[in-house]
Amino acid sequence: MRFFEDMAVGERTELGSHTFTADEIKAFARKFDPQRFHVDEAAAAASHFGGLCASGWHTAAVYMRLFVAFEQREADAARARGETPARDGPSPGIRDLRWLKPVYAGDTISFAREVKELRDTTRQPGWGLMVALNTGTNQHGELVFSFVGAKFAERRKKS
Amino acid sequence: MPKFHWEDFTPGQVTEYGPREVTAEEIKAFAAEFDPQPMHLDEEAARNSLVGSLCASGWHTCAILMRIIADGFILDAASMGATGCPEVKWIAPVRPGDCLRVRMTVLATRASRSRPDLGFVDARFDMFNAQDLPVMMLTSHLMLGRRAGATP
Repeated sequence: MRFFEDMAVGERTELGSHTFTADEIKAFARKFDPQRFHVDEAAAAASHFGGLCASGWHTAAVYMRLFVAFEQREADAARARGETPARDGPSPGIRDLRWLKPVYAGDTISFAREVKELRDTTRQPGWGLMVALNTGTNQHGELVFSFVGAKFAERRKKS
Repeated sequence: MPKFHWEDFTPGQVTEYGPREVTAEEIKAFAAEFDPQPMHLDEEAARNSLVGSLCASGWHTCAILMRIIADGFILDAASMGATGCPEVKWIAPVRPGDCLRVRMTVLATRASRSRPDLGFVDARFDMFNAQDLPVMMLTSHLMLGRRAGATP
């Protein structure tokens, strides 16, 4: 995690990509979203989706895994420079979450984020609020997933 | 045959689903797989975080809401998925032992212009803990099959 002061509006980061396998799509769906088109290939083929596809919450969860890994790489880089990395801050929420196209078994989704806004907040002294547009794009270059997320980012301590 | 179709939802309709208990084990398991931040992974590390004690990932809370409404009505409905959520608010931390329930309010319904077999239900979902305190709110555009002219 970077400090609030080190973030810049417009900054874009490629978070990495993930290939959704049929097995993991079904495993996530059995726990959280066991609709027929997420748990059963034959039923999914007969549905309006035409094939097994991931729960939208699974797509979101995989985005989160890649985002956290990116933050951990940044923290490691800070430690390597002999600095103390910023602490992780929670998110008060998101908006405009869109599942634009199905994520089918075998699809590879590349996730990215772009900082849209850096806001002062009086609610949490020592922290600022960062707003970013997050996207997922499939191997055909089609946007399949997006949302605008807000997250508290720690400020550098004034010395 | 699904029990619920698009026609069964009317604006202003309120229904409640749940409760479902959240355990420390499942909070940590979800976090280990998808959101390995200290406040979701481990009691000790969570104490040093802004939240102050172990709590569920916001995405985990969304997934739990999905499971509650899946068991509540989606699995009995002609569900065709959802196009998204205009708003998701994580209002208060979800802690181990919390018993969560969901109140669904239908905001609006509209038939699809391009597809006669499909309609949209705009709904608001409020999630509460056992103390009746709101922990999450989200709005969503659900897609449901229509009873009249439904495809086989």
